Amino acid sequence: MSSDPIITIEGLGKRYVIRHAARRAKDYRSLSESLARGASTLARKLRPNSRVGRYEQHRWEEFWALRGVAFEVAEGDIIGIVGRNGAGKSTLLKLLSRISEPTEGRIRLRGRVASLLEVGTGFHPELTGRENIYLNGAILGMTRAEIRRNFDGIVAFAEVERFLDTPVKRYSSGMYVRLAFAVAAHLEPEILVVDEVLAVGDLAFQKKCLGKMDEVARREGRTVLFVSHNMATLAALCQRGIMLDEGRVAADGPMADVIGTYQHALLERHADSGADPAGQYSEEHGIGIRSPRAAVAEAPDGTSELRIEFVLHADNPFREVQIGIEIQTYNGVRIAELPPKMTGFIVENLTDPLHCVLTCRDVRRYLAGGDYTVRIFLRKPAEMLLSADDLVRFSLDPLDLYDLGTTFEQGRHGLVPLRFDFACEESAR
Amino acid sequence: MLLRVPALFRAARQVICIVPLSEEIVIEAGKAGRRYWQDLWRYRELFVFFAWRDIAVRYKQTVIGVAWALLRPVLNMIVLTFVFGNLAGMARTEKFSFHLLVLAGQLPWQFFSSTVNAASQSLVGNARLLSKIYFPRLMLPASTLGVGLADFLIAFILMLGMMVWFGVGLAPRALFVLPFLLSAGIASLALGTWFAALNVTYRDFRFIIPIVVQAGLFLSPVGYPSDKIAPGIEQFLYNLNPLVGVIDGFRWALLGDARGVYWEPFLVSQCLVVLVLISGLWYFRRMERTFADVV
Repeated sequence: MSSDPIITIEGLGKRYVIRHAARRAKDYRSLSESLARGASTLARKLRPNSRVGRYEQHRWEEFWALRGVAFEVAEGDIIGIVGRNGAGKSTLLKLLSRISEPTEGRIRLRGRVASLLEVGTGFHPELTGRENIYLNGAILGMTRAEIRRNFDGIVAFAEVERFLDTPVKRYSSGMYVRLAFAVAAHLEPEILVVDEVLAVGDLAFQKKCLGKMDEVARREGRTVLFVSHNMATLAALCQRGIMLDEGRVAADGPMADVIGTYQHALLERHADSGADPAGQYSEEHGIGIRSPRAAVAEAPDGTSELRIEFVLHADNPFREVQIGIEIQTYNGVRIAELPPKMTGFIVENLTDPLHCVLTCRDVRRYLAGGDYTVRIFLRKPAEMLLSADDLVRFSLDPLDLYDLGTTFEQGRHGLVPLRFDFACEESAR
Repeated sequence: MLLRVPALFRAARQVICIVPLSEEIVIEAGKAGRRYWQDLWRYRELFVFFAWRDIAVRYKQTVIGVAWALLRPVLNMIVLTFVFGNLAGMARTEKFSFHLLVLAGQLPWQFFSSTVNAASQSLVGNARLLSKIYFPRLMLPASTLGVGLADFLIAFILMLGMMVWFGVGLAPRALFVLPFLLSAGIASLALGTWFAALNVTYRDFRFIIPIVVQAGLFLSPVGYPSDKIAPGIEQFLYNLNPLVGVIDGFRWALLGDARGVYWEPFLVSQCLVVLVLISGLWYFRRMERTFADVV
């Protein structure tokens, strides 16, 4: 194997300018506003003491999403990237896949990069499955010859043979995602960038995706950068991990060590904050969750009740917002993920902010004492709107199952406080 | 299942075959331009795909399909003939059927205006694509030429039919339609790149574009012959509009309209178009690196 790294990143930085007054932090401007600002600047220049336009200066603020990031990746490595929301993971991936340009520093790539940032972008609903395979393949950077060569493989992987000549707008959401992933999975890049989005979908599909990633890496020795919040998957897939925090590399080493550092940091941060956790918001879709709260309390019938509350809000009216929930242990082991398909939690028409409450009865019976995190995700049939990872946390007091003064604790005894009865009698033999 | 994966991966690492890497890419602040033209060539198939997508979607979505591409020029022809030919009384002095005259002007004008319109919207309309996948962004406005061309061809067949109907023969000089069409294409690309980039940065710019296009319809000799403009400096300035020469050229090539093209200002206008195109490309390239962050 060549000793020259396939990815070299030096002093990488990306600066965004964010606007404070605006509700949505997008920084496109309107022409009239630019003209107005120009006029006020002019006015200020002409009459330096006037107050005209002074406030404008404070509305724009610089924000470094990434700063001074440097690392190298050897060919064939599978690297897991962890970090809190806003730590710079997505920005890093965007820079690597050349979607946006760095503000400073450089990246050297020895090979083609393909990113699975969001499968299915570039699908056109009016076009048939066949047409979309070609279109999407071309958008992802495949040549026509490559697409033709892989066409049968894509169709077989997506299991859509019978619907090839049907417009994809008539596809079920499952078929849609399968086809989209199938196209992306048959790219032949040297470097593959995979975002967590892949981890949505049903379990069978997830398995298939992970299996495909495994195959891609095994057969061709491709380099994979994998961003996920799912520590179990990361630990299984990756040899090396990189942790980002506030736009800098906070840890870089064997995956297991990095996961440890990350979880430690999460716990510390949680201990620090104490106050109400902030909500999360998707700029892209203009939908968000605020004032989340989770607590375990005594229910009227004497059992424990987990109560998760949050306010769902959107900039524009939204139809059919599906709400999913996932409970994890503080170190990322999934306890339960309940997709809206299963629960049927759907908000038909979201206009004004909605106060939502999810309750889970008798929670202490099922979960061991310890710390848990809650993830709420919002989706439309075919796309994820917001995945609010680590939205809120709650703790369960450990249970003294047998009244012997020894409690069943998550970290030491496991996840489920099973209760056993003990009986024995002399055996015949 | 998950637990088995690392074992597979580790096994995999030992049998890695060394594939010669196809290229080396350096991404540096402000240096994206270096490989830009190479990239444009590498992604040439995408250009075809975008154009093909827009054409396929355009003729799929509408029930009447191709008829739609005919409806617009026919309606415009009728309206403009009524206003200029009948109301303004221009038809009386014309050698040709005023319908033919208008339609010949309508052909390049519609190609130009619809391409400029589509190109202006191309970036904002593909915002999701821009923020998820890299490709030379210039592909989007440029590929709108495809739909414009498809519509043009359909309208052109209508034109041929009309010429047969009115008994105007097709002379070999009709081939000169091609360079004039090329000129209209370059002009629409020049304006389209400017508008597309401005549209991303200034969202209210889209309100200006229809006004510009609407004004262009009347400032170009679509509904009337260009010799209605009095000779002199006024005529020279009028002819600086590149579409004036193009429309005159179409009328000459297809109908044998003896008035022909007023060459001096047309050549000057072509130089202007090239200037607008170069500056448009420059502005587009300058803004391009921020499209994904802004759109």
